[in-house]
Parts: sequence; C-alpha cells; structure tokens
Amino acid sequence: MEASTQQDPILRIRSLNAWFGESHAVKDVSLDISPNAVTAIIGPSGCGKSTFIRCLNRLHEEVPSAGAAGEVLLSGMNIYGEGVDPVGIRRKIGMVFQKPNPFPALSIFDNVVSGLRLGGVRRRSILVEVAERSLRQAALWDEVKDKLHAPGTGLSGGQQQRLCIARALAVDPPVLLMDEPTSALDPIATAKIEELVLELKKQVTIVIVTHNMQQAARISDRTAFFLMGELVEYGETSTVFTVPKEERTERYITGKFG
Amino acid sequence: MIRHIDQGLSQLNQKLLTMAGLVEQAVECATDAWRFRNMAKIADVYSIERRVNQCHLDVDAACVQLLALQAPMAKDLRFIVSCIKINNDLERMVDLAVNIANNTEFYLQAPTAIHIEDLSQMSDEVRIMVREVLDAFVKTDERLARRVLSRDDRVDAYKRKIVEDCLGQMKNKPDRIEQGMNLIFIAKNLERIGDHATNIAEDVIFSASGQDIRHAVPTPPKENDSAE
Repeated sequence: MEASTQQDPILRIRSLNAWFGESHAVKDVSLDISPNAVTAIIGPSGCGKSTFIRCLNRLHEEVPSAGAAGEVLLSGMNIYGEGVDPVGIRRKIGMVFQKPNPFPALSIFDNVVSGLRLGGVRRRSILVEVAERSLRQAALWDEVKDKLHAPGTGLSGGQQQRLCIARALAVDPPVLLMDEPTSALDPIATAKIEELVLELKKQVTIVIVTHNMQQAARISDRTAFFLMGELVEYGETSTVFTVPKEERTERYITGKFG
Repeated sequence: MIRHIDQGLSQLNQKLLTMAGLVEQAVECATDAWRFRNMAKIADVYSIERRVNQCHLDVDAACVQLLALQAPMAKDLRFIVSCIKINNDLERMVDLAVNIANNTEFYLQAPTAIHIEDLSQMSDEVRIMVREVLDAFVKTDERLARRVLSRDDRVDAYKRKIVEDCLGQMKNKPDRIEQGMNLIFIAKNLERIGDHATNIAEDVIFSASGQDIRHAVPTPPKENDSAE
C-alpha cells in the first residue's frame, strides 16, 4: 500500500521490505512521514510495526539473519544508498526503546552527552550547554539539575526514559523513533512522556510505535495501521479512529481482533 | 468474538429504543387528542413525558459510562455520540408533544371552532417521520433515514399553508383569534417535531457511515412548494 501526506515529507519510504531469515516481516510498505508531526504506528503483536521503524534508522540490519530492501529517503537522501554510514544515520534518526536503557556505568550528565563524545566533541563548555538544553527539552532538567553526576540508573523509570530521550536529542536529530516508549511506565510517567512528545514535535519529527490506541489517538497527527507486515491504512488520526476506511482497521481498533 | 463493550452498547440501544417508543406514543396521543377531541389522551401525554424524562437521564448516564470505561473507537464511538444527540432530540420531541397537548386543551375549551384540513395531513406526515426515523435507528438503515429527510420539506410546506389559512380565517373575526393561534402553535410544534426527526435521521446516517451531512447545501425547493 502506498500512502502520502499533504506536506513535503521528511521521510519517504518506498517499497520497504524486511525479513528475519525466511520470515517476511514488512511487506512492500510505502509511506510518507510529515515533518514536525507525530506519526503513530499501530497494529497487533507481530504485525511488523517495530521492525518497520527499526528499518527507518537501519537498526534492523544489526539482527543476525535480518535483511531489508527498498528505499528510505531522509530529506531526499536514501539511507540505504551505497556508502551510507549506518551510525551516521542513527545520529540523524534517533531511537528510544520500550525499556529505558541508560548506560549503567554512566552519570546522568555522561549519559546525555555520550553521543556527542562518541562524535568527538571534547570541549566541556559545549557538553555542559548541550546537556542542559537536552535535559530541558526532555522536561527533566528541573528534576536532575542538582544531581547531574549521580548514576542515570538511580532515577525512576519515567525519569530514565526521559533521560534516554534527552540522550537521543543531544545529537540534534531531525527524526526521533519511539518504540513503545511508555509501555513499562505508570500512568503519571506516561502522561509526562506524552506531554513531552507533543512539545518535542515542534522541533523534531516523531514516529512512535504504540500498543495503546488511546495514546495514539491522544498524541499523534497521523496513524498507520499495520497487519501481518502490510500497511493496511494510513491517514489523519482523527479520521482513522472515528471513520476508518478499511474494515480491518475498524475491526482492530474496536477490539474485534488482535 | 464477543466484546465487553457489546453488552453495554446493547443495553444503551435498548434504553434508547424504550425511550423512542414512548416518544412515538406521546406524539400519537397529542395529535389524537386534538384530532378526536379526546381529553384523556392529553393526560396520557403528561404521564409519558415524566417517563421520557427519566429515560433521558438513564441514556445519558449509560453513554457517559461507556465513554469513560470503554474508550470506544470508530463505529462504537459514532454510535454512542449519536445516542447522546438522539437522546436530546427525543427529550425535546416529548416536550413539544406536551406543548401540543397544552394547545389542544385550550383549543377544546373554546366555544367556537375553526377547521383546518391540512393539520390532520401534517400530523400524519410527522407521525410517519417519527415512526420511520425510529425504524431507521433500529435497523441502522441509512436509506430509510434519507427518506425521512425528504419528508421534512413537505412538513414545512404544510406549516406555511396552515399559518396562511389560520390568518385568513382570523382576519376580521376576533372570536376566532384564540382558536387560530392555538392551531398555529400546534402546527409550529409539529414542525419542530419533524425537525428533531430530521436531526435523528442525520445522526443515524453519521452512526452508520461516518458521513456528517448536517448543514449540507439544501436542495432547491420544489415548484409546488414555492407556490404555496
């Protein structure tokens, strides 16, 4: 299925396919992602939604036996093009995972600036400035500003997740992928992340995988519904959740299967 | 697969159907009271109104519960939103039936009577609208709902004609003014019942298809309508 948006897309996905060995996980998906918007990917377990977003920053290929084919154009550049460095791509298209994963041996500050240091930035003043800016963007600064050198793993689950978001933001990516970022969090921490997503989209394009349809309805501008590796429907979130075009979408979001 | 929400939706549907049946009965009683000069039917309208008011509260409570506890989506959401709106329309319809009963009470007490033929036909048309729209709701029948919409123009035309006829009969005959005014009020209330039936038809269409046809560009009036 092919789906497009009205604005000039920041990401254009064309005929994307992904496999795990023989298993065809993502089937010929074409999709445009609007800039400065939140795009939600929904679908039942095993429908290929996580695999799909892991293809968007070439993380999928890190799995042994995994393969991908097709095009993912970031502002016109094919990230699967010859000679493109996947690590460089992951700086531009950051990712936040289901379980918060701060580096266990590092302090809050060192976690946030780890991407910059790997990129060769050494000047302390820059690191301090970026750490504060990123922690503010992730709505965590006020809670950690007095303990920046405490271990990141000492924070609560919700704070750790926002720390991971700050770490992803520190390298200033135009796109941020989020793979069920609140599924391990309580409702208050979830609400904070959702508020944060709505705030962040002013600066960053967000693609979020979620099992929580109310969350997709609350925070996303557009929603894509995946089923068995196929993109079934893609459209304005308000339309998908009130008047879906496809019967399969209707059945899924009203809980008739999945 | 039977979902937990299905039980709640079915109960809501049942509550609304009970209410709709009562409203249909109230409109029938109100129009029969006038047409057959039957005071007993007036009392029936008042008693039905009290039951409808209770239904109004029950349906609202059921809708709020479903929205709060089941987070409905798509067709389920459209159905519940439509029920909230239909619930309001039905409650207003029974109020209008009560108005007709009040007007009829005054009309029947007056010494002189004026006769307006079209009022019987208008009340028949409105009763058909009410019956058909409730059928459309029960069967989620979009086609039947659209037929109700087309009847509304006829009801409006009847009202215009009745107002003209009443004004004609009242001219220079002050003893007929009170009677004439009561008949105009009855026609006005019937027309409003037709409008609420139209609203319900629009909600049935929205619930069934997701299409919101309210405030769509109206079709031009038919030639015979403009002549009246």
